[in-house]
Amino acid sequence: MIPAKDFWAALRAKDFHFFSGVPCSILTEALAAIPDEPDIQYVPAVREDLALGVASGGHFAGKRSGILIQNSGLGNIVNGLTSYNLMYEVPILMFITWRGFQGRDAPEHILMGDKMLDILKLIGVPHRILEDDNLETSLDEATEYMDREQRPFAIIVRKGAIG
Amino acid sequence: MKRSEAIAQILANLGESDLALFTTGMISREAFSAKDRDANFYMIGSMGLLAAMGLGIALNKPDRRVVVVEGDGSALMSLGTLPLIAHEAPSNFKHIILDNEAYESTGNQPSISQGRDLAGHAEASGYPVVDRAEDLDTFTNLFKQHYAASGPTCLVAKVGGHGSHSIPRIDLDPPDLKERFRAQC
Repeated sequence: MIPAKDFWAALRAKDFHFFSGVPCSILTEALAAIPDEPDIQYVPAVREDLALGVASGGHFAGKRSGILIQNSGLGNIVNGLTSYNLMYEVPILMFITWRGFQGRDAPEHILMGDKMLDILKLIGVPHRILEDDNLETSLDEATEYMDREQRPFAIIVRKGAIG
Repeated sequence: MKRSEAIAQILANLGESDLALFTTGMISREAFSAKDRDANFYMIGSMGLLAAMGLGIALNKPDRRVVVVEGDGSALMSLGTLPLIAHEAPSNFKHIILDNEAYESTGNQPSISQGRDLAGHAEASGYPVVDRAEDLDTFTNLFKQHYAASGPTCLVAKVGGHGSHSIPRIDLDPPDLKERFRAQC
């Protein structure tokens, strides 16, 4: 488990300071830590696509920006990704939780949990699955890709990954 | 007032450094045709996302005016954006909603905005400055007031549409448009 403090410190070290999102129980600790984190601004959006829009505004303002959302909200951002971020080339770091992992979850999460990586692949968004020991290398890979391709990158967060 | 007249007034009253964002469809096309400028952003896809993007810019560029021009269709599509903007309360955010009660670029189908009070929604959301305009003089005067006011401000104007598709589409390549606008931010 990556301590929430370390999670935000790693993002700060990569110059990410501006985030938006919609809560997920998997992100409880990460979100709860934000008020104590220096130089992390978080806009609590009311839908995942609006979080994507807000974070994208951060990119236009010259800041590395990201969103934190539940994978159910991946459904809400597909159009934003296809006809905005991927079309205009607006790179955003997306932390997407993995409810429904291995089919063990509440029924509303099972189908998206099964298909989410396929959806990301279909629309052309690469991803890394967050592990205890790969946060920094994942961020290295994400920022290198985002800077080079000017496209979004997803980091998948399973239950218990951040605590 | 015609929508094109309202857009012309907005463009005429912008300062050089003001960032202006125009929503999907005819509003972007009319603004692009009337007066293209490097600090204009035209949303070609993603109807409903423009005001959220403007919010993200406004929060990160507090010294710049961010003018977001959208229609009834895009405002209705993302009604939750208004309370989000009011919650974050960037004083430099200028929201203009040009309400022609129709989805003009898809064939002029009626929207549901007739009889709906979008300005009332902005008021209930907590915008400190909200006004309604029915004619061009009122719109122009209110735009100037909102321009100078501490926001977020919201100005909702009932407008007539254009009624034709003769306005050219935006022929800028989206990544080029992004880079051009980003360089101005």
